[in-house]
Amino acid sequence: MQVEVRVFATLRRYLPELGIGEAKKVEVPAGTTFAELRDLLGLPADEVKIIMRNGLQVEPEDVVQDGDRIAYIPATGGG
Amino acid sequence: MARKILRINMTDLTATYEDIPEKWAKWAGRGLTSAIVFDEVDPTCHPLGPNNKLVIAPGWVSGTPAAPSSGRTSFGGKSPLTGTIKESNSGGLSSQKIAKLGIAAIILEGQPKDGKWYYLFINKDGVKFEDATDLLGKGMEEVDRIMWERYEHKPAVIGIGPVGERLAANAGISVNDPENNPGRYAGRGGLGAVMGARHVKAIVVDDKGGPGVEIKNMDLFKKGRKKLTNAIMTHDLTKKGGGLNAYGTDVLMNIINEAGGLPTRNFSSGQFEGAAKISGEMIAEMVEKRKAGMTGHACHPGCIIQCSNIYPGPDGRIIASPIEYETAFALGANCGIDDLDFVAKMTKACNDLGLDTIEMGNTIAVAMEGGLLEFGDKEGALALFDEIAKGTPLGRVLSNGVEATAKVFGVHRTPTVKGQSMPAYEPRAIKGIGFTYATSTMGADHTSGYTIAPEIAGVGGKVDPLTYEGKAELSLAFQATTAFIDSTGYCLFIAFPILDIQEGFEGMVESVAGVMGWDISANDVVEIGKEILKMERLFNERAGFTNLDDRLPEFMRYEPLPPHNVVWDVPDEELDKVYAWVHES
Repeated sequence: MQVEVRVFATLRRYLPELGIGEAKKVEVPAGTTFAELRDLLGLPADEVKIIMRNGLQVEPEDVVQDGDRIAYIPATGGG
Repeated sequence: MARKILRINMTDLTATYEDIPEKWAKWAGRGLTSAIVFDEVDPTCHPLGPNNKLVIAPGWVSGTPAAPSSGRTSFGGKSPLTGTIKESNSGGLSSQKIAKLGIAAIILEGQPKDGKWYYLFINKDGVKFEDATDLLGKGMEEVDRIMWERYEHKPAVIGIGPVGERLAANAGISVNDPENNPGRYAGRGGLGAVMGARHVKAIVVDDKGGPGVEIKNMDLFKKGRKKLTNAIMTHDLTKKGGGLNAYGTDVLMNIINEAGGLPTRNFSSGQFEGAAKISGEMIAEMVEKRKAGMTGHACHPGCIIQCSNIYPGPDGRIIASPIEYETAFALGANCGIDDLDFVAKMTKACNDLGLDTIEMGNTIAVAMEGGLLEFGDKEGALALFDEIAKGTPLGRVLSNGVEATAKVFGVHRTPTVKGQSMPAYEPRAIKGIGFTYATSTMGADHTSGYTIAPEIAGVGGKVDPLTYEGKAELSLAFQATTAFIDSTGYCLFIAFPILDIQEGFEGMVESVAGVMGWDISANDVVEIGKEILKMERLFNERAGFTNLDDRLPEFMRYEPLPPHNVVWDVPDEELDKVYAWVHES
C-alpha cells in the first residue's frame, strides 16, 4: 500500500530531495507502524517529536493505513 | 538604589521621580503596568481621552547581567481597540536601558494644553521635552534614523508612526532593534494611539551612566540564570540550530497547516495550499539563495534564542525585519497570498507606518471578503498601504482594524473577541487556544495562554486539540504562568524549554527571586500570575465586560472548518470556568 510522507523544519535534512512541503510517496507493507516507517526513512527517533496522520496526532506504535497523509515533525513552537 | 517611578505629565510638561509605593513594590513588567492601570486609570474613561495613561515597564530581570533573552518591555493602558485593560510587550532595546536607569515604570499621562507634539529624551540626568513638529508624519524608519543621528550611545527609540498620530485603533508602538530597525512592536490593542493621544511621537532612552539594576541575592540570581540558560541551550526548539533559531517563529507555518489549524482566507479554512511558500523554511531558503539578510537574528542584546530574521528581496536588498509566523499568516494565508516578497513588503509598511501586522492582515482579509479586492490580490493588498500612508478615508477605516472594517464592508465573519482579531491558530481545530481567545483579559490573544504547546507541539505534555475536556484548567494554567513570565522581562519563548525541563523552570524563578530578594519557588508562579489576572479581570468588569463577552464569534458555531470539518462546540459553561475563581473566597 502507498502513503505520502512530509517532513518539516530540522527533519528536512534527512530527506533533502524533497522541496519544502513536498510529499514523498512510499510503498509499505500492511501492518507497518509509524515508528517502522520513520526508521525506514532514516529519521532519528529522538528528533521526531510529533507524528500526524491526516492532520491528527498518532503514536509511533499505531499502524499506517493505505492512503495516509503522514507528517513527521520535530520540536516546534513560536507564536 | 531603589527603583523609581518616572511620572511624565504632558499637561504641565513635568517629570517627577517618585519612590515606588508599597502596593507596587513587588511588581515589574506586565504585573506593574496592570497594577498601575488598575489603580490609576478609570475603567470607564475613553481610551483616547485625557484620563487614560500609557505605562511602560521593564521586567524583574531586565538589565541584569547576562540574564538570557530578557529584553521585553511591557506597555499598558486602556485599549482603544478592545476597551479592556491592555498589556502588550516587545523586544528591542528599551527594556534593558529603562531598567539600567533605575526606573521601574514610566507613567505617561495628560495632554499638552497647547496641542503641540513632543518627543522625550530620557537619560541619567532626567527628562527633556523636545519639540516634535519636524517629526510629524514621518515613518518609524526615519524617526529611528534621525534619533541615532541626534543622540550618541545608540539609544532605545520607542515611537509611533503616522497611524499612531491619527489615533487609529490599530496603532502599535515600535521599539528599535540592535540594528536600529523599527521591527519590534508592542503591536496589539492600539497602544500607539494612547501614546499619540498624549501627543508624544517618540521616547528616546539612553542608559549611559545609569545606576544599573540592584540584585538583592547575587548567588541565587547566578544559580538561576545558569539553570535557565542550560535549559534554553539544550532544548531542541531553542538551542543553536534548533527550530526557532534556524527558521524563526514561521517554523510553525507548515505544521499548523498540517494540523488543519491555519486560518486561511478570512478564517474560512484551516489549510492553505500556499503554506510552504510563506513558511520559515522558505525564509531560510531565500536568505541562503539571495546571499543576503539573515536568520538567527537577535531582537535585543543578550538573546540566546535568536529567532528573528532579516528578509532580503531578489536583488539582495533588505525588505523587512522580521517576518514572524503571525505576520506570514495574517498578511499571507489569511489573505490568500502565497508570495513571501509581498508579505515582506507589507510587513515593512506596517513597521514603518506603525501598525500591528496581525490586526492589519486580518483587516485586509475582511475587506477582501467584503469585496474591496479579491483574495490573493497581492498588488491590491500592498496598494492599500498607500491609502493608509496618505490618510485617505479608506486608509483611516483600515487602520482601525477588523471590526471597524467589517462594519463598513458588511461582513459578518469577523474573527474577533472583545474587538481584537485572532492570531494564527484556528480555535475550531485547536480548542484550548479558543478558551484563551475567549477569556483572555486582552481580547483574542495567543500569547496570553499558549495552549498550542501541548495541543500541537507536544511541549509541556500532550493533549488532543479537537476536544475541550480539561481545556478550561489548561488555559488558566497557561494564562497565569504567562502573566508571571510577562513580568520577568524574559521572552515568553523561554516557556518552551522550561515547560519540558523542570530545572530550567526553577532557574527562571530563582533568577527573579535573586533580583528581588524573595523566597519563592516554582510552586508560587501560578498564584502570583493569578494576582495579575485578577487585577486585569476586575478592571474589565468595571469597564462593563461580563462573561457574555468571553465568547467566540457566532459564525464559528455553525460554519464547519475544513479539513476536519469541525465547529466551535464548547459549551459556554466551560468557558466560564476559566475565571470563576476571581470572585470565589
